[in-house]
Amino acid sequence: MTNMRALYQEVILDHNRKPRNFGPLPEATCQATGDNPLCGDHYDIYAVVEDGVIQKVGFHGEGCAISKAAASMMTVRAKGKTVDEAREMIEEFRQMLTGRLDLSGEHSLGHLTVFEGVSQLPQRVKCAVLPWHALDAALRGEEVTSTEGEADVWTEE
Amino acid sequence: MTWREIQKDFPILNQRIGEHRLAYLDNAASSQVPQQVVDRLEEYLTREHSNVHRGVHALSQRATESFDQAREKVASFLNAPSSAQCIFTRGTTEGINLVAHGFGRKFLGKGDTIVVSALEHHANIVPWQMLGEERGVSLRVIPMNDRGELLLEELPDLLDDSVKLVCVNHVSNALGTINDVARVVELAHGRDIPVLIDGAQAVPHMKVDVQELGADFYAFSSHKMCGPTGVGVLYAKKKWLDRMNPFLGGGDMILSVTWEGTTFNEAPHKFEAGTPPIMAAIGLGAAIDYLEGIGLDAIGAREAELLAQATERILEVDGVRLYGTAEEKAGVLSFDVEGVHPHDIGTILDSQGVAIRAGHHCAQPVMNRLGIPATARASFAFYNDEEDIDQLIDGVRLVKEIFG
Repeated sequence: MTNMRALYQEVILDHNRKPRNFGPLPEATCQATGDNPLCGDHYDIYAVVEDGVIQKVGFHGEGCAISKAAASMMTVRAKGKTVDEAREMIEEFRQMLTGRLDLSGEHSLGHLTVFEGVSQLPQRVKCAVLPWHALDAALRGEEVTSTEGEADVWTEE
Repeated sequence: MTWREIQKDFPILNQRIGEHRLAYLDNAASSQVPQQVVDRLEEYLTREHSNVHRGVHALSQRATESFDQAREKVASFLNAPSSAQCIFTRGTTEGINLVAHGFGRKFLGKGDTIVVSALEHHANIVPWQMLGEERGVSLRVIPMNDRGELLLEELPDLLDDSVKLVCVNHVSNALGTINDVARVVELAHGRDIPVLIDGAQAVPHMKVDVQELGADFYAFSSHKMCGPTGVGVLYAKKKWLDRMNPFLGGGDMILSVTWEGTTFNEAPHKFEAGTPPIMAAIGLGAAIDYLEGIGLDAIGAREAELLAQATERILEVDGVRLYGTAEEKAGVLSFDVEGVHPHDIGTILDSQGVAIRAGHHCAQPVMNRLGIPATARASFAFYNDEEDIDQLIDGVRLVKEIFG
């Protein structure tokens, strides 16, 4: 059984209590909604992209501590990245949660590795991935995404 | 027989989840299966398995006899006038969909109304919305108060001439409220409106008599009452079964088939196309024997005792909020902890061996009415005990500790 204190690390609890970049971004150039219909988690992700660079990311919505902290930390981490860099980071985050990323090797996740413990809890992987999934959809110009349906490629391996 | 001895009938309970004892408190989602039912399934599979109703050989006769007996047990369990009025389905959801197709599409049309309650599971909402979409039928909702009790005093005003069906659950899966379905039937029948009752959460916990209730339709599932998954029952009054359209077409539901047309068989066969869930139905029969052996009254009393204890103790934990505080309640404890999402509660409890459900419990309108996205739900069965409650409370205290 996963140690709960390793899962709910202080940084995750802190972002859950005080989410960063929380609230709608009226100046967003793209946005997408992420839904997990099985549990009701729901987030709107907003991004301001100029010349291929992410100037700002914001989010709004409701969900568990894991999903909310994942969204909050994502908004901080994605700022200033190019769209290509962000996509790579999204892919690495996904790989980490499905246990396929060598964290001792090179990667761009930084503090986001605090979510590694979630990979031990298959039923919670979707929570951590949901906001990332929505950011990916926003950057691709899609407006709605879901953890179900074809989106399952995110958690299945 | 003591409750301690009864627990031994459930070998699955006697295991560890990681380093913790299992406290299984997700009975409203699915109950556990006693050894007696497992043994009956094994006997069927090793001695009797065959297809029913069509073989001339010994095994088919054995299987048919066991399957028919299971239907008799169901009829006696519900006090139905005849076993022919008890249709085997895949579960409650299929039973309700059968009524939506067989009754709804035959008798309901544009301008008609179906009344449902604010406490319904999606299974008793979505089929009616789908029918409504197709036929121009609208839905009207019996409201509830903040405690999760239906405001039945408002029901008479909802029942005008457009209302052709009233659908209500006997016990709420999300909050545990026991609804006064006899009163619903009385009010609806006063205006000649038939009533469908979703009994999925009721039959495992109390004696149900469909004739006394006067229900036109009563649906439930085997897997919530110590039987296997994959089978359920729809009871219906004969006058409806005779007039309703079949649901699925195929083998077993016909008297004769020619290129010119088909003559349907009578109920229950008319509504049971294809090979039925023979094994599961026989398992359900064994589960009925098991529950009746203990006694539904004794089961209800034991669960009420566990619920009272758990309610008192969980309220001692600072920051815990209960949802569903109806006067009449079955063994469901829906709660959350201030500042903590129910999923996080579920994960932390799981790490302590405590199995609960976290989410909207397929009752999003209930959550919306209460203004919350989800709850954590502990639900009790007669084989739970004080130790399970201790573990639940310790787990909730750990949630508080971790989230500060």
